[in-house]
Amino acid sequence: MTNTTSVPELLSYTLNVNGRDHQVSDAELGENLLFVLRERLGLRGSKNACEQGECGSCSVLVDGRLECSCTMLAAAATGRQIVTVEGLTPSGDGLSEVQEAFVAEGAVQCGFCTPGLIVSVSDLLDRLPLATELEIREAISGNLCRCTGYGRIIAAVQAAQHARSAREALR
Amino acid sequence: MTTVLTTGPGLRGGLGESVRRPDGGPKARGEFAFSSDLEAEDMLWAHLLRSPHPSAAISSLDLSPAFAVPGVAAVLAAGDVPGRQSFGLDYPDQPVFAGKVVRHVGEPIAAVAADHPITARRAAEAIAVTYEVTEPLTDPEAAMEAPPIHERGNVLFHQDIVHGDPGATGEVSVEGSYATAMQDQAFLGPESALAVPAGDGGVDLYLATQWLHVDRDQIAACLGLPLDLVRLHLSGVGGAFGAREDMSMQVQLCLLAMRTGRPVKIVFSREESFLGHVHRHPARMWYRHSADADGNLVKVEAKLILDGGAYLSSSPAVLQNAACFAAGPYRVPNAVVDATAVRTNNPPCGAMRGFGAVQVCFAYETQMDKLAAALRMDPVELRLRNALRTGDTMITGQVLSGAAPVAEVIRAVAAAPLPAEPGPSDAPEIALPGGAGRTAERDRVRRGIGFAVGFKNLMYSAGFDDFTTARCRLEEGRVTITSAAVEVGQGLVTLMQQIARHIFGVADVSLGEATTAGIGSAGSTSASRQTWMTGGAVEAACRAVAERLVSSVAQRLERPLASLRLDGGRVCSDDGAVDLSLVGAASGQVFEETAVYRHPPTEELDEKGQGNAHVSFAFGAHRAVVDVDLDLGLVRVVDVTTAQDVGRALNPLQLIGQIEGGTAQGVGLAVMEEIVLDRGTVRNPSFTDYIIPTALDSPPVTIAGLIEEPEPGAPHGAKGAGEPPAISSTAAVAAAIRDATGLELARVPIRPQDIALALAAFEEDRQ
Ligand code: FES
Ligand code: FES
Repeated sequence: MTNTTSVPELLSYTLNVNGRDHQVSDAELGENLLFVLRERLGLRGSKNACEQGECGSCSVLVDGRLECSCTMLAAAATGRQIVTVEGLTPSGDGLSEVQEAFVAEGAVQCGFCTPGLIVSVSDLLDRLPLATELEIREAISGNLCRCTGYGRIIAAVQAAQHARSAREALR
Repeated sequence: MTTVLTTGPGLRGGLGESVRRPDGGPKARGEFAFSSDLEAEDMLWAHLLRSPHPSAAISSLDLSPAFAVPGVAAVLAAGDVPGRQSFGLDYPDQPVFAGKVVRHVGEPIAAVAADHPITARRAAEAIAVTYEVTEPLTDPEAAMEAPPIHERGNVLFHQDIVHGDPGATGEVSVEGSYATAMQDQAFLGPESALAVPAGDGGVDLYLATQWLHVDRDQIAACLGLPLDLVRLHLSGVGGAFGAREDMSMQVQLCLLAMRTGRPVKIVFSREESFLGHVHRHPARMWYRHSADADGNLVKVEAKLILDGGAYLSSSPAVLQNAACFAAGPYRVPNAVVDATAVRTNNPPCGAMRGFGAVQVCFAYETQMDKLAAALRMDPVELRLRNALRTGDTMITGQVLSGAAPVAEVIRAVAAAPLPAEPGPSDAPEIALPGGAGRTAERDRVRRGIGFAVGFKNLMYSAGFDDFTTARCRLEEGRVTITSAAVEVGQGLVTLMQQIARHIFGVADVSLGEATTAGIGSAGSTSASRQTWMTGGAVEAACRAVAERLVSSVAQRLERPLASLRLDGGRVCSDDGAVDLSLVGAASGQVFEETAVYRHPPTEELDEKGQGNAHVSFAFGAHRAVVDVDLDLGLVRVVDVTTAQDVGRALNPLQLIGQIEGGTAQGVGLAVMEEIVLDRGTVRNPSFTDYIIPTALDSPPVTIAGLIEEPEPGAPHGAKGAGEPPAISSTAAVAAAIRDATGLELARVPIRPQDIALALAAFEEDRQ
């Protein structure tokens, strides 16, 4: 039986998310980054489909690296640069190139996997703008989608690649 | 929490176009509120205590340790349910909280509300339960004779079909026993909801479900409240696939909110999700097919046993479907089907995409391949020869009156070019079976090709009063469509707008909130029914408003009604004298009409399984190409090509999405998806151990044909398209693996050991 007399340790710390410092107060030590982003900072774009590092719905960038925020203790992310889907989304009601491609190509059905994929695809195209289909499949194989069978998602990534190269050609 | 979705400027998008979905932008931006994203001031978090045992008596239950945890606001168990103690879609045999006994692992025993989700979980774990563990009943065949584990007995439902001459025989016959495992819907958005107590003594529940009104009815019965005090509001649904047809925590959450007087939220972990919803029934199936020497089917005999798990759920309807479609989309003059769904101490089973049609398709299509081999006939030829056509009689005695392009889907798939044979030597490592982790020899990879056809009913069957309600409001040139129909990801929101645009010719169509508080039932988002049903109701409501608008202009301008029409967003007269915008035509009036749409009535099956039980059917075919590593038994599905009977493609892009997504779920059942049970205990309730296809596992899906033969009676001629892709894909992949290995492989999923060990044993025998 659980020892009900021990009071859980409460912590306060600062997280840098999307370029802004956020104060987290009186949080339990066991709270993962996903929980804190969603429930304490109100950034609910990162989703919770497994909380075991298997589905990628909670994908964020930590110091530029793609991570599952559910498997990272929030308190351990202090002093690091965290970017969530909100940080990749234009203000107003516009869409980023990747987001636009997802909507236009039919890559969004229920949409639960979508924010995580937006983070992971944005990261992929920054690292590997000319990724082949196989490289795309490999790169997003950590993002589960149950609705689409991935066909339209691949098409969206390729459309985003085209949009990106067209934009760069114009520069 | 109102969701009002408005199309962006410049979007025209009527029927037949690949219109963008209105919720796509918010979903891509991460702003769309799923049920797990809800919050309310002063909100508590709930957690359910679940049984770790498949079968046990509860000899004592002490909730006090949970109350003692600081931060806990309420702890509830059996005895705290004010109304009906149990719930269920077909019959309420499932307790809200287990009382004296538990019948499956994961059955809720108590519920806690606390100020933090971790506190709620700790408190639930602190509850002291003494179990007297009993031997679980887990073998579905033994269940029929075993002592009952529920007062309603162990046989959940039985359906016989006797058609034609049961004594008929053909010159060639083949026989086999087949099995399919328990599959999980594995939607990504976990079960979640927010219950808010209301000042009037009622409760508002914001949730993800498939049918708001049927949940409402069941919750109200358990809470002992009148229907109008229980208001359900749709929140964002992260996929469903059947798993949200049954309730999972709705009653417990409302009880906690009402007890504490505070909003209470719950979000299942993935493990709880696996334990907390129904699954696809595992099936054991025996078949004998007989044909004449030319390959004309003479008789199909089948004995089907579906494991329904501990509670009834929708087992009767799943079982009836399995029986009705047991012979496949073929002309079968004589049939004998003996189908039973049984109760066991395994997790409850119910609805999943394909609903009984998936299991039998795997068996009858394997039989068709066997029969083709026995006849020395091409398997595609055998299928074409027997393919159902409009006017044929099915094994239920029902004459197929609608569109039945079975031969067309078969031909389209068979004629599609095969993917290039790469020659394993030049395929990149990651494109070989096993992907990045593979270690086997390239020259031990074999390619195989398999083919399968399947079909299923659309909408509710067997006499069910299946209806849907929709409202159209026209105000200042703006159209608002309101319905309680559930968007689960399939794109119904897009379609409702397309239909309204089609009628009014305006781009600007808003969608009202889906709630039981404002409108009647839309029925379930299941059985591939909403395109037809809610599509039909939206169409009818829009037409009613359009008619009223036009007749009001006729009256005002004193012109004959017949001289006016609504066209391209304007009310015009034939002579050109009248040409008004919607705003001008309405002249300050607001028009609102609510329509109820019903499909033609169906009949129950009689005791011989005969009757016009179904309204309409949809057909599909798949061809799968696989590469199999003969040493490790690993399979890579290289390509799946499909053709589907869709009636009419109302939104081709969304239709492709349904086909690709459903196909991937079928591929999953063929090669990887199985809830592994060990004497009633789920061994793999996580995405680490229950594997669903990733982008590397999912093959490219080639659509060789969208067969558009309009369905008589269907609004716009369109058939529902969600389920057929999940029916024959499994059978096609299994057939392809058989082709590559020469093995019998009578059970899905086909695991690596089923291939590798069987081939190794075969090799040993040869030496
Ligand atoms: S929720 Fe983090 S990987 Fe699934
Ligand atoms: S769109 Fe539903 S999980 Fe990907």
